[in-house]
Amino acid sequence: MHALTLPEAHHYDEMLLASGGIRPHYRDFAHWLHSQSPQTLARKRAEADLMFHRVGITFAVYGDDSGAERLIPFDSVPRIIPASDWQTLEAGMRQRVTALNAFLHDIYHEQHIVQAGIIPAEQVFSNSQYQPAMQGLDLPHRIYAHITGVDVIRHNDGNFYVLEDNLRVPSGVSYMLENRKMMMRLFPELFASHAVAPVQHYPTLLLNTLRHASLAENPTVVVLTPGHHNSAYFEHAFLAQQMGVELVEGQDLFVKHNRVYMRTTAGHKQVDVIYRRIDDAFLDPLAFRADSMLGVPGLLSVYRSGGVILANAIGTGVADDKSIYPYVPDMIRFYLSEEPLLQNVPTWMCRRPKELEHVLANLAELVVKEVHGAGGYGMLIGPAASSAEIEDFRQRILADPANYIAQPTLCLSSCPTFVEAGIAPRHIDLRPFVLSGREISMVAGGLTRVALKEGSLVVNSSQGGGTKDTWILED
Amino acid sequence: MMMLSRTAAQLYWMSRYMERAENLARLLDVTHSLSLLPQSRGGADIAAALATTGALDACRARHPALAASDVLHFMTFDAANPASIISCLKYARENAHAVRGKITGEMWESINASWLEARQMASEGRPLAGFFDWVKERSHLFRGTTYGTIQRNDAFSFIRLGTFLERADNTARLIDVKSHLIGHELDDSAADFYLWGALLRSLGAFEAYHELYRDTLSARRVAELLILRPDVPRSLRACVDEIAELLPRIQGDTGHRAKRLAATLHAELSYDQIDNILAGGLHSYLAQFLSQIHALGDAVHGAYLEAA
Repeated sequence: MHALTLPEAHHYDEMLLASGGIRPHYRDFAHWLHSQSPQTLARKRAEADLMFHRVGITFAVYGDDSGAERLIPFDSVPRIIPASDWQTLEAGMRQRVTALNAFLHDIYHEQHIVQAGIIPAEQVFSNSQYQPAMQGLDLPHRIYAHITGVDVIRHNDGNFYVLEDNLRVPSGVSYMLENRKMMMRLFPELFASHAVAPVQHYPTLLLNTLRHASLAENPTVVVLTPGHHNSAYFEHAFLAQQMGVELVEGQDLFVKHNRVYMRTTAGHKQVDVIYRRIDDAFLDPLAFRADSMLGVPGLLSVYRSGGVILANAIGTGVADDKSIYPYVPDMIRFYLSEEPLLQNVPTWMCRRPKELEHVLANLAELVVKEVHGAGGYGMLIGPAASSAEIEDFRQRILADPANYIAQPTLCLSSCPTFVEAGIAPRHIDLRPFVLSGREISMVAGGLTRVALKEGSLVVNSSQGGGTKDTWILED
Repeated sequence: MMMLSRTAAQLYWMSRYMERAENLARLLDVTHSLSLLPQSRGGADIAAALATTGALDACRARHPALAASDVLHFMTFDAANPASIISCLKYARENAHAVRGKITGEMWESINASWLEARQMASEGRPLAGFFDWVKERSHLFRGTTYGTIQRNDAFSFIRLGTFLERADNTARLIDVKSHLIGHELDDSAADFYLWGALLRSLGAFEAYHELYRDTLSARRVAELLILRPDVPRSLRACVDEIAELLPRIQGDTGHRAKRLAATLHAELSYDQIDNILAGGLHSYLAQFLSQIHALGDAVHGAYLEAA
């Protein structure tokens, strides 16, 4: 049968106990797995690889000179989450995103949270992600982050923790949808025996959210992509097609009479909502980076006068910055008068001398991150680093303490995963997607990323991570 | 439903490059088998065929001796040659990639798989005869998938426009290469028989010729078939019929010049006669046709594909 490696005792595995026992919500799956021959499963995995390749679900890896498109490895053991866990997660994420939107409205208006002394002014206003151009601008329904990806992990205490919020241009939702499609194609029988919550209506929810973002009667929505060289281009095209809206590049749009238009075969057509998958800095060469060829000259001025809606809004990055992250629980208390339902990972801010001291004394046990870093680049994982790497990082921190935060090395939970020698536990995280429209809506699911290297805690696809289908079981 | 000008351009070029790959395969396949005949001049004959693609000079620069195998490799698997079959498949795939949201999943899969397999074949140095058939089959598959799956909307019209503008251009160039032979009645020499047969075969019109004329191969009839017959799918007339029908179907009140040029060309081909064409010289007729087709392509670009 399958060579099944058990998790270590101090790890939390989603399916297995170190004793070999199986958690209740995985029992039916384990039973099915046991009945499958390794040959059949290997054939199915080969089929999945071929299908993904043919469909062209690939992504470009930055810094890879060959410019090659790579397949994000797909693992066919699903990550299963029981209904009760999901209810906690869902309520926690709704609360969190509501508070984050309130925070963004506040700091671009009266700044109550700063006046109340909860977040230091310099943390907000000297943050490179703070956009002065947004100051005083009123957005419909006060929504800034229409689409949010919340990265969550389960620690070995069995609890979920929010690792970070993604309020700029979170990606990965297309993999959530394609992974489900693949699993249903490969193993339809599993869906007959499990009540898996559907995710395929995500594009409909997204389109409703984007339409609601505009006050126009019957708004025209487009998806703005940097183009097909972008690592997430597949997703941009996929979402545009699923929503039935145009996928545009900057060159397809132009500004006239304080409105945005697209060039079409039948003449010019006005655009009301832009679901932009381009960073703030590249949106408008007249306002931000002058060398950007990706944006639309004059876009900011139309945006500021209310002639077009951008989703997400400009300047949301200030709320998901790692230097602001430690304050999110306080935001929830301040704006909603509620206690946070989802916990933050304890975080030391190196800008505070006392916390810096603690960090420097414990580098070998901590994870240290750049406050503006993303994608798993520019971080130190103390327990996995050599002493030379630690010393090198110490110098970098000392040179610019405010640029770093540190967290305890969380033991991300693991999930059984196909590896060369059979099936073995690999660490995973979870990114559900939260849509803020007329109300907050989510599909029950998310993208599970898996670190395929044994023992690795880095799940980013740019660092050799893979993905899994995520099943939320219905009661 | 309107569509983005850039999208229309990418759909149009996607199908143009696919059609170009197919036409190149047809041309090279026939030329390759002719080059195996005893009286052939080998590489030089193949190179003469390249004159139609405009790649002759580049080929001579790379392979001055014009050895048959070098010329064939240059036109099939040489990725550095933008006019090679593998480059056409690459451009077709790049354009499809850029508009994959506008074509069906099956179309994308067919075009992407063609590119992946071609790249694989190139790296393995696969024998050519099988390769030409494979290219034709991939083009048939793409066309069939397109017909069988895509909505009949403007996207479909731009895809078809690309196909027929490219095909009209290719057929005209192919006839032109042989045109120095046309104008005198065919003699009975085996060489000429094979030349005409090759031209017809490369355009998939060999069977049509026999069914329509039930006679031996003659230059006049071959020219008539390939220029004026509306029922031969790669003839100039058939291509222009399609173009003239497609343009008015595209939504919006633009493209007047393109529509006018297409209608003019359509009227000329519909009411011309082969003796009239041959009297003025076939080569000059074809040169005139090519410049009209290019003007039409420019007008399509200006009106729809790069709307300011």
